[in-house]
This record gives sequence, structure tokens and C-alpha cells, in this order.
Amino acid sequence: MLTIENLNKSFGGLQAVRNCSFNIEEGTITGLIGPNGAGKTTTFSMIAGELVPTSGRIVFEDNDIAGLPTHEMFHRGIVRTFQIPHEFAKMTVLENLMVVPPEQPGERLFANWVSRGQVKRREHEVRDRAEDALDFLSIAHLGDEPAGNLSGGQKKLLELGRTMMTDAKLVLLDEPGAGVNPTLLLKIREMISRLREERDYTFCVIEHDMDLIASLCDPVIVLAEGTVLTQGTMAEVRSNPDVLDAYLGGGEEE
Amino acid sequence: MDQFYGIFLYIISLLTMGGIYAILALGLNIQWGFTGLFNAGIAGFFAIGAYVSAILTTAPSLRHLGGYELPYVVSFAAAMVVSGIIAWAVGKVCLKLRADYLAIATIGIAEIFRLILKNETWATNGPRGVSMIPKPFETLPEPWNHLCFLGLILAVIVVIYLLLETARNSPWGRVMTAIRENEKSAMAAGKDIEKFRMEAFVAGCMLMALAGAFIAHYLKFIGPNATDPLTSTFLVWVMLVVGGSANNRGAILGAFLMWTIWSASEILTSRLPDELAIRTAYIRIFLIGLALQIFLQRFPKGIFPEVRPKPERRQSVSDGVTDNATSR
Repeated sequence: MLTIENLNKSFGGLQAVRNCSFNIEEGTITGLIGPNGAGKTTTFSMIAGELVPTSGRIVFEDNDIAGLPTHEMFHRGIVRTFQIPHEFAKMTVLENLMVVPPEQPGERLFANWVSRGQVKRREHEVRDRAEDALDFLSIAHLGDEPAGNLSGGQKKLLELGRTMMTDAKLVLLDEPGAGVNPTLLLKIREMISRLREERDYTFCVIEHDMDLIASLCDPVIVLAEGTVLTQGTMAEVRSNPDVLDAYLGGGEEE
Repeated sequence: MDQFYGIFLYIISLLTMGGIYAILALGLNIQWGFTGLFNAGIAGFFAIGAYVSAILTTAPSLRHLGGYELPYVVSFAAAMVVSGIIAWAVGKVCLKLRADYLAIATIGIAEIFRLILKNETWATNGPRGVSMIPKPFETLPEPWNHLCFLGLILAVIVVIYLLLETARNSPWGRVMTAIRENEKSAMAAGKDIEKFRMEAFVAGCMLMALAGAFIAHYLKFIGPNATDPLTSTFLVWVMLVVGGSANNRGAILGAFLMWTIWSASEILTSRLPDELAIRTAYIRIFLIGLALQIFLQRFPKGIFPEVRPKPERRQSVSDGVTDNATSR
């Protein structure tokens, strides 16, 4: 579904991603792990269109999409969430979701003045879809709250909810479990599996919680110093001595 | 009786000028209040509107470009269109910049406009400006000419207000708020934020030009001084911030309120003893600054803070009892 070929990204003298190549197969929940600074989020940002690769190809459904703007990636079905929740603080939780669906007639300024009936009908559809997402996330009671008032965990749910407001194909989750309590983490894990089954999403998940990765992801790709160290099932990856070295640093004998 | 008539005329002029500023403040509200674009070059677009409408309506003159004597409807529309096109060109270059850089860029652009107006004498008559601009309703007897002009401005404000309220409560307004609240997330939600920002920037600049056209015809004269950054940019910002950013009613209230204070400060400072009278110019600015401080202490978010529309909740199918959200 998504193939990354020889991807490179440098920030000045720092090469965050170097000659990175991997595949994400359709229907999988692919884990992306690695120590801090391995280039995971940078890779995500390039797939999502926020960063332009220095070189290399990102092939999504047979098209090279490297360097396209974020909204273009979104329209092709690639949606991301953020490690630190990026909610629209002054807008209500419901509005945070309602803003997402593409091609809303009411997004054209003039349509709001001349074809209000059409705008209104679509608003109802969008509202219902947002309510469905809130029900799924079991935060419907918070729908009228300004999103800025939510707790850290609830904001994480809202991030997930945003991916449900569009017909996404590939969803990139950046640390969905970071700063989330164990109970909520279980819920989030269950939601991700359900979304894959009910909506045919393909997921790529960056996560430091190895239990979450182990229970959700197959395969797992390990990045270190901007390139793929190894990949395979969690069990295979775990037994690979290079992975331990990468996490503990250096690989020096002690 | 004469004294009352004088006060009556003064109030009309106060409301007329306040109304023109209200249009400016509404324009800025689209840019800053809705979308978070920091336009520090309001004076530039105000000037474009004023000069375009003035040049298109005046009788032939050797001093400046003109002699078209077009109807007001055409000249007002042209003022807005020209300003919109220039705003589009400016936006193409500047809207990619971050907010603080946009502010600096717009200051520079307004300054460029001012210098052009001052120096392109063949078109604008340079520092002496364009005079003998016709004024709507001026053939009517006193005070009906003033009243009708005021009525026209107030009617325009009502129309703009209704259009902007619809826009603000619409999905368009929702996207604008999202961009203002979190640009990165708005992009991740698939919004082409450059396109949306451009719409807000162009729409705002068109309203500023409309206000410019009104002032040219109201004063019957427009010179480069009428577009100085203090009265045409700074004052508008104070109006919007005091009235309430992102609130259209706030923008209108702020404009009338601050214009009244600004105008009254002239009466006050004119009564000062002579040795202070020469300092009136900056005493008035000081008073406006002081008023801004006082209002912001009392109303940190403006007199009318932003009220986001709350979308109506879906009627809960399973149980209507716990669903308190639908009751509003």
C-alpha cells in the first residue's frame, strides 16, 4: 500500500532519516519503534506531507507522493495524529470533529449566503457522523465542552476521533498511548483494532509502550539512526540483539 | 437653538466617522478575529479604496488622474475589486509567512502605498491630494444630506454584519477558527490553509477599501495624510481589541466607542492652556493608549468576547432523559 524508498531528510548538518526503505501492507497495523532520535516522527511527517524529503520516494497506491502538501495527502486517504494532541482549544469537541470532513459545501464562503439549504443538509450529515464518532469513543457527554478543557487522555481520544471523520485508508498514529493511564490505554488499543476491522483502515503506529506494540502490531519495523535496523514480528524483533544495542546505545561490550 | 443644532450635527459626524471605522474594524475582524492574520497595513488598503473611488468619480482635473465621473456604485465596487486584487498579490507573497513576519510585511506594504500616493503626482496630485470629490446626497438640504449619508453607512454596516455573522457561524467560519487555533492541526485535517487565509485576507482588505471609499466621499478630499498609520491602522486595532476580537458586534461597538473617545479628546485638549496645546497631538495618542489599558483591565477579552456557535446536538435515540445537551 505504501512503499518508502531510500528516503532521506536532513536538517542542516543533522541527517534525521537516511536511506530509509520499508513497506506498509494493506490491512496491517504496522509498528514503528526505535530509540529517541531514530527518525520515526520525521518519517511520519514526510508521509503526512508536513516535511519535504531531501531525497527518496514515497509511493502510495502506485503514485509517488513525496513532497505533496498535507491537504493533498489527506485527500488521498493518509491521515495522521499527533504525539502532543493538537486540538482546536476554543472550539467544542463536536466542532473539532465536524471541521474535518472534506468537501463540505459550507466551506465555500459564498455557498453560505446563496445555497443555505444545501449547506444545512450537509451540516446535519457531518454532525451525525461526528456524534457517531463521539459515541464510539464514549465521550459523547463532552460534545459541548471546549476541547481545551479536556484531560490529556480525552484529547488523545479526540485525536483518534479525527481520523474517523474522513474515509481514511492509512492512519498514522504518533504515540497514541503516551501519557495515557493503563485503563484508557486498553480502551485505545481496542478501538484501534475495531477501527481496522470495521473500517478497513491500515495503521502505522509509533509507540514506546512495548506491550501495546506487542499486542497490536504485526509487523514491527525498528528504526535506529534514521534507517531500518530490522523488521518482523514482535517476537523476532525482540530476539534480535541489534535492537537491544540500539535501545541501550552503542553496542559496546560491558 | 443654534447650539443644539451644532450638537446635533456633531453627533451625526461622530456616528458617520464611527460607522466608517466600524467597516474597517469588521474588515480587520475577518483577518485577525476569525483567522488570526496580523494585518498591520490597514492604512494601505484604506488608502487604495479612497483614491480609487475618488479618481473614478471626480470631474476632470489637470492636477490628478480623473474625469471619469462614474456613478458611486461603480466606483465603490471598483475600489473593493482593486483592493481585493492587490490584497491577493500581497497575500501570494506574504501569507506563507508566520504571523509576526506577516505583520512586518504588511507595515512595509502600507508604507510603499503611502509613498506611491505621495510621489506619483500625475495620478494623485501628490501631497496636496485629491479634492472636489462628490458626496452622495450633497444636493439635499441641510441636515438631510448628512442624515442620508449616515443612513447609507449604517445600512451598509447592517448588511456587512449579517453577511459576516452567517459566514462566522458557517463551516467556513469553523475552518477559519480552526486555522487560528491550530494551524498544524488544520492542515492535518486536510484544509488548504493558504487558500482559506487568502480568502480572509482578500475579504478583509475589500472591506477596508470600502471604508476608504466612504471617507473620501465624506470628507470630499483625500490626501496621503488621511491614511497615516496612527489613525488608520493603530486606532482600528484598538477598536477591535477593546470591542472584542472575533465578535462582529464587538468590532462595531469598539469602533463607535473609541472614535467617540478619540473625537472627544480633541475637544478636551483644545481647552488646554497654550503651552500644553502644542502637545495635543501626542496627548491624544496617550489618552487612547490609556483608554485601551483601562478597557483591557476591565474586559481582558474585549467588551463582547468571542462566542463560538454551538452546533445543535443530535437527539439521543436510546434515551431522551440524560441528553441535556439538546435542550439549548
